[in-house]
Amino acid sequence: MNFIVSLLTATLRVATSILLAAIGETYAERAGVLNLGIEGTMFFGAFVGFYVADLTGSLWTGLAAAILSGILAGLVMALFSVSLGVNQHVSGLGLTLLLSGLALFAFRLKYGGRSTPPSIEPFPLLDPFGDMPILGTLGEQYLLTYLTFLVIVPLAWWLLYHTDFGLKIRAVGENPEAVDAAGVNVYRVRYAALIIAGGLMAAGGAFLSLAQLGAFTHGIVSGRGWVAIALVIFGNWDPFKVTLGSLIFGGTFALQLRLQAMGLQLPIPYETFLALPYLVTIVALVLAGRNAAYPAALLKPYRRE
Amino acid sequence: MKLRIVVEQREAPSLRIRLLIPLLALGGTFLLTSGLILWGHANPLRAYYYFLIAPLSSRFSLFEVLVSATPLILTGVAVTFAFSGGYYNIGAEGQLYAGAIAAAGLGLIVGGLPAPLAIFVLLVGGFVAGMAWAWLPAWLKVRWAVDEVVTTLLLNSVMAYLVSALLNGPWRDPESGWPQSPEIAASAHFPKLVARSRLNLGFIIAVLALIALWYVLNHTAFGLKMRAVGLGKSAARFAGIPVERTMFAAALISGGIAGIAGVCEVAGIQYHLIDALSAGYGYTGIIIATLGGLNAWGVGAAALFFGLIDTGAQTVSRVLGVPVYLGEVTQATMLLVTLAVLLLQHYRIRIRRG
Repeated sequence: MNFIVSLLTATLRVATSILLAAIGETYAERAGVLNLGIEGTMFFGAFVGFYVADLTGSLWTGLAAAILSGILAGLVMALFSVSLGVNQHVSGLGLTLLLSGLALFAFRLKYGGRSTPPSIEPFPLLDPFGDMPILGTLGEQYLLTYLTFLVIVPLAWWLLYHTDFGLKIRAVGENPEAVDAAGVNVYRVRYAALIIAGGLMAAGGAFLSLAQLGAFTHGIVSGRGWVAIALVIFGNWDPFKVTLGSLIFGGTFALQLRLQAMGLQLPIPYETFLALPYLVTIVALVLAGRNAAYPAALLKPYRRE
Repeated sequence: MKLRIVVEQREAPSLRIRLLIPLLALGGTFLLTSGLILWGHANPLRAYYYFLIAPLSSRFSLFEVLVSATPLILTGVAVTFAFSGGYYNIGAEGQLYAGAIAAAGLGLIVGGLPAPLAIFVLLVGGFVAGMAWAWLPAWLKVRWAVDEVVTTLLLNSVMAYLVSALLNGPWRDPESGWPQSPEIAASAHFPKLVARSRLNLGFIIAVLALIALWYVLNHTAFGLKMRAVGLGKSAARFAGIPVERTMFAAALISGGIAGIAGVCEVAGIQYHLIDALSAGYGYTGIIIATLGGLNAWGVGAAALFFGLIDTGAQTVSRVLGVPVYLGEVTQATMLLVTLAVLLLQHYRIRIRRG
């Protein structure tokens, strides 16, 4: 029982950064833009968050700076995919490579000479339920985890399905011509979606450096952005189903951490467990992705005649 | 009176525009990256001298440019094969390591063979290993229509852990204890093309791959089918082309060539498998294929230029203390700037009254 509760506790913690990024990607893809800049935006957000927090001594300032950097990244993605209408695969990957290079460049420039890797005091864990059974352990989470699961996800669902703005986002991802004919500015809606997406992706990256690790490392994101893209397809572009997917990935990852911590002498290398969440994600994608209903205008640039 | 910026379609790109595009792309890239060089406390003009001119000024640094270009040519060719066939293989990085694992493994057991045969075994093994790593996403794509972009990307992460498992487990160097595989047999070392340089057989193999790419794309029925699928799947299907089979073949060939890039790094340069074998060559290959316009000679030119940037970034870092990641930033910036500037081929920007 204890094992299961502590596993679930770790699951929520691990799922947070991927869920933030995946909700961001959901906004982008619902509006018709595949943002492969996600991995770089997370990595850049992780660096900017860490650097600014280290510089100012304020974690919240760091987080705000990270979100701002994500918004800028979203604007660049929008410039290429919406205004210029170039291939989304190539421009997104280009953005990821650019942002990864920039973060590594700045990290080397600012912290290159040090012998020990720099670290900061990370966000504290909240403990609202004290010694209550189960909830006491399960509730020991970062404020950002609470915000992600209880505010960001329901808000995304409400925005996308129950507001005029959400309707516009979904419509420009399905049939931009019709939306344009109805007098809505397609470009503006897609820009808005990509800005929200970028901010959330960078927040997901900053969660890793400011909460989970209290440090910035080269492998801090290590493919989590790509997992997030898979989860969006798995979750059929629905925030709640995407959340379910992030819990499956988080659960596999947490299980792997627990097994390592137990120090079992297993006949297989521990990297097998590290690779497991990625393999599980592929399996989930195959099971759910076969019937995936992609937004009809995904990958298609819109040009007004 | 109001001025408006209007984007209009252009009929045919004029010669002037075509000559202007590379210049604008280069100028824009260097303008944008000078900010970073200034931030790194260096003079941009001096940095560009070490970046672009110094590597060409001596014979041996020129060979280094070719050494750096070798894996980039191969991954560029690999990506071009896949992209031409309408298959978005983003997994060249993982496939490169698959080939490298095969080379490091086979290299341990081919000691008794004469050198040409040993090298041949490594190349075939690397090609097959790259194909094998590319097989699953390709099969999932044609069988279940699972998006290959996501699966190839996820398998890159899996491959990184596989390499780490090998280097921390069975292949940890027994003598030094370093996470590197034991040295491959001397007979499997690629011969040097120039004594005392690092330039080796790998460069010749890369050039042969470029020629093969040019020949297949432009002079074979399969190449024609591939390009037709790349241009539009439904039209190709309507024309009676077996779309799935063509895409599948393009994906496997792409993986195989990426595997050869891994063989060339192991047998030509390192003689061991190490986890830092590739500096993201699989991803850079995507930039090179795009900048090269999915055309063999364009890919060759882009890869040589990127080899120059990689070599130059090392020099800039050594001499001026600017972080070596300047190279990666420059390459990614060049891709984005070029994508933007290329639009001038088809659109003109005018300022109008009204």
